[in-house]
Amino acid sequence: MAAPLTLLLIVGVSIRLFLFRSSLADIIAERVEVVSPLTAWKRVIEGLALLDLGVSPYSGDIFHETPLIIYLFHFVVDYAEITFMLADVITAVALYLAVKDYNTQVLKKQRFELEADRYPMDCLELVRSPTQMYYIPLKVAMVYMLNPFTILSCVAKSTCGLNNAVLGLFFLCTIKKNTMLSAIFLALATYQSIYPITLCAPAMLYIMQRLYIPVNYRWASFWWFVVQYLFIYLGSLFVIICLSFFLLGSWDYIPSVYGFILSVPDLTPNIGLFWYFFAEMFEHFRLFFLCVFQINVFFYTIPLSIKLKEHPVFLMFMQLAVMSIFKSYPTVGDIALYLSLLPLWSHLHRFLRNIFLVTCVLIACSALFPVLWHLWIYSGSANSNFYYAITLLFNVAQILLVSDYFYAFLRREHHLTYGLYLKKKDGSEATLVLK
Amino acid sequence: MGLLSDPNRRRALITLLTRLNAPICVVCYMAGVAWFMGLAFEPFTLRTYMSENAMGSTMVEERFPAGERALATGREFAAHKRKAGGMPVDWLVKTLQARGLEVFTQRFSRTLPFPDENKERYMVKGTNVYGILRAPRAPRTEALVLSAPCSPGENNNQAVGLLLGLAQYFRNQIYWAKDIIFLVNEHDLIGMQAWLEGYHHTNTTGMDWSPLQGRGGSIQAALSLELSSDVVTSLDLVLEGLNGQLPNLDLANLFYAFCQKIGVLCTIQGKLQRNDWDSVSGYSHAVQTMMLMVMKQASGRPWGDHGLFLRYHIEAASIKGINSFRQYKTDTTTIGRLLEGMYRKLNNLLERLHQSYFFYLMPSLSHFVSIGYYMPAFGLLAAILFMRALDLWVQLTAPPLPPEEGAAHVKQSSPGVLSVLTPLVISHVTGAALYALPIHFQQVAVEHFPVSETEAVVLTAIAVYTAGLALPHNTHRYKTLHGWRVLKLVAVLYLAVLLGCTALINFSLGFILALTLVPIAAFVTPHVPKVLSAFVLVFLSPACTLLFSVFFFQELQEVPVSFQEGWMLFLSVISQGILDHSLYGSLVYPLISLLVYPCWLLFWNILFWN
Repeated sequence: MAAPLTLLLIVGVSIRLFLFRSSLADIIAERVEVVSPLTAWKRVIEGLALLDLGVSPYSGDIFHETPLIIYLFHFVVDYAEITFMLADVITAVALYLAVKDYNTQVLKKQRFELEADRYPMDCLELVRSPTQMYYIPLKVAMVYMLNPFTILSCVAKSTCGLNNAVLGLFFLCTIKKNTMLSAIFLALATYQSIYPITLCAPAMLYIMQRLYIPVNYRWASFWWFVVQYLFIYLGSLFVIICLSFFLLGSWDYIPSVYGFILSVPDLTPNIGLFWYFFAEMFEHFRLFFLCVFQINVFFYTIPLSIKLKEHPVFLMFMQLAVMSIFKSYPTVGDIALYLSLLPLWSHLHRFLRNIFLVTCVLIACSALFPVLWHLWIYSGSANSNFYYAITLLFNVAQILLVSDYFYAFLRREHHLTYGLYLKKKDGSEATLVLK
Repeated sequence: MGLLSDPNRRRALITLLTRLNAPICVVCYMAGVAWFMGLAFEPFTLRTYMSENAMGSTMVEERFPAGERALATGREFAAHKRKAGGMPVDWLVKTLQARGLEVFTQRFSRTLPFPDENKERYMVKGTNVYGILRAPRAPRTEALVLSAPCSPGENNNQAVGLLLGLAQYFRNQIYWAKDIIFLVNEHDLIGMQAWLEGYHHTNTTGMDWSPLQGRGGSIQAALSLELSSDVVTSLDLVLEGLNGQLPNLDLANLFYAFCQKIGVLCTIQGKLQRNDWDSVSGYSHAVQTMMLMVMKQASGRPWGDHGLFLRYHIEAASIKGINSFRQYKTDTTTIGRLLEGMYRKLNNLLERLHQSYFFYLMPSLSHFVSIGYYMPAFGLLAAILFMRALDLWVQLTAPPLPPEEGAAHVKQSSPGVLSVLTPLVISHVTGAALYALPIHFQQVAVEHFPVSETEAVVLTAIAVYTAGLALPHNTHRYKTLHGWRVLKLVAVLYLAVLLGCTALINFSLGFILALTLVPIAAFVTPHVPKVLSAFVLVFLSPACTLLFSVFFFQELQEVPVSFQEGWMLFLSVISQGILDHSLYGSLVYPLISLLVYPCWLLFWNILFWN
């Protein structure tokens, strides 16, 4: 399987190289769908220039990336293109390895269940076979590497690619049940954009599952593991934050990065839900609605963790999707990360209900973004409502997609417990209705 | 959400949609066409009204007295033009300076990719002359433009004369709050392009021009004047700009309001408006007017010198004087007063024109159809595509398979992607060839065949287009049961997105393409009779659509042509399309060649799927 993966990486890198060399790169780097005020390369350059002049890069209102990123590019700014391509390659390989390992686990678990006769007889068609799953890791890597969203994000040199690489490594370490590295990478991801803090829950759940620690608060080993994980996580977060402080010599970056993410002062249009809403809002409601909007990202962790505590990887996928939909400055790069995990759930296809509609809407919206932007900004004939309508539709489609997968997942689990062909009490065929 | 989550209701809905698919599609198509035709019916349209407060309620008084003197200046200009054998730059500079304006010139040159046979030009060199009247009442941050093209021959001398007359008159007034720029541009659109690029410091088309020495503020509105006779019977308003962009409707309203006030006959598309909307002839007149607008907008070319302003977010229109055999004549003083009134109202603007509509169709000058009314017509056509896609999707995901085809099912999934990708790539490469080859191969063609450059370009385009039909598209070796369905699903969705985007930018083009391409997309399968369907497919292909549009347009303009002349016109329209793309950046030619034509090829491919 190494050969196809290598081929895939070469194809992906050549497409990116070609685009870097073409005149399209400049146009892509300006697209609001691809870069956000947080991740724009232009702003990183500005920060670097300020740093070189001996001024704090956060002194203007331009730069909002973290200090580690700016010190990283302080050294590799001449190799920026290679860095971003490398980040994509790392993510793809990490996802590939992680999914491969995860699939082995799934098959092993399934074999135990089969041997223990836990599945009802008519569910054998739901059982997954190794041949079906053979190509899934490659598909995941392919969807990430060749997804137009990822390619655009990389060509625009959006730092989102680096965040994705960190998240990919975190995913890999978690699947490989490496508590230490998992917590460290999670701390790094959190340091980059706050929101990955919600991934704590799935990571802990998964590693506990693999280490045969029961998820039960009456067990001491459960608490011991949680304390251990949180200690490494918070400890490394603390170290990274202090390191940033010592690098810069000031706490400037805390309000400028995290304050910027949480209080959403920049209302440049993007594919998220914040900008239009907060541009329209009366100032004295702002704080309230800010809390309402931000809580979306964090709040779903609790019910989802309770519902999906047996399936932490699916929980992680849900969390990634929720983050990329509800975060304050989303870009297409964030979407690409969770889209690349979709092949992992290809066995759910028979239970998906709206996939056709959702796919159509997502494709149409992606095409309409630049058109409506052109009509609004360049011709001046349309206005922001047109663009926001598409943003809204795009996000609704994403939410439908995620909830559809959620439903399909739960339904498959239900069938695995109660049998595929459900009967009503009177013996007629029953249907499942979600209400 | 009940509909989306309740499986029983979903199933019922999907069964209904798949079983009644064909009738629903036919009904949608009919309804779409009927809706579109209904747009010209007066009770369904809105009356135009002035939305901009700054131009609506304020009163202005028009006092321009010097029409006769303007005509005399025009005659003087004509004499100097004849003597100079082109634009009399020195005389214009002197005259504008004598009127107390700041005068500047701009030189430009441009070599066309191939000779333009309609206007007989290849290497174009020219000079623009413009004078700026500085606003006495405000800090010169905004400007208005009045332009008149200096055309070869005896055309348009009166327009330049009137422009100079207005410059002299405006100079003596004290109420101007915006700079007024009087521009005489040579070589019509090319000169205008050079001037606008110079004014805005952009260079999008690779033209050579000298930088502008003087500038006014940001331009708020512009009018282009075309006047070739001393008296006119009516004034015609031209709105259609580059890529089908239209100026804010308030500009048209302003023109209409002043024509009503001063009592000048005004037309749009050269058609007077009629009051007998309830009679058949009245309705067909409105349809004719609207169809002319649709055809012009769909062509994506600028239909007057104003057309290039729109790209810079400047509201602009052309006003053409028409002298026909009607008894009632309007003299130049009246036209001057009309322009004065319009400029005084534009002078009152506090912000850019934005209150009124940007997306509209006009069945007459006093009525319009806004985007909310005409989009459903397109939506009904696009719904057909969605229905067909849904139908295909249901067929593709339907689990029961006929037993004799079960064997093919095993191999279905892996070649699926490849069998779709190959035709997609091949048809797009053909499209790219259609886009790039005509201009690059003209030299070769001219050396080997007895044709002129322009003919070479057009004939190469047609040759590539035809050759695309003969290309082998399928490289798949084994039969797949669903192969063509997957391809058709992709093609139908592709067409839907493509037409949707086109219709948003240029409704007319999107609608015309939808009218012809949607039926193809709906009916093509490998199982329909080949010869007949191939004929229908070619008949409805983009090139034939263009050919019919040429005849239809001539018919609408009431100058029907024979087939021979129509064919020549068709050829010249193709060359104009390519020229418009390389000179002004019109998007119609790349859109057709790079996207629409490949999409059509996909359907052609489905027909011959074996």
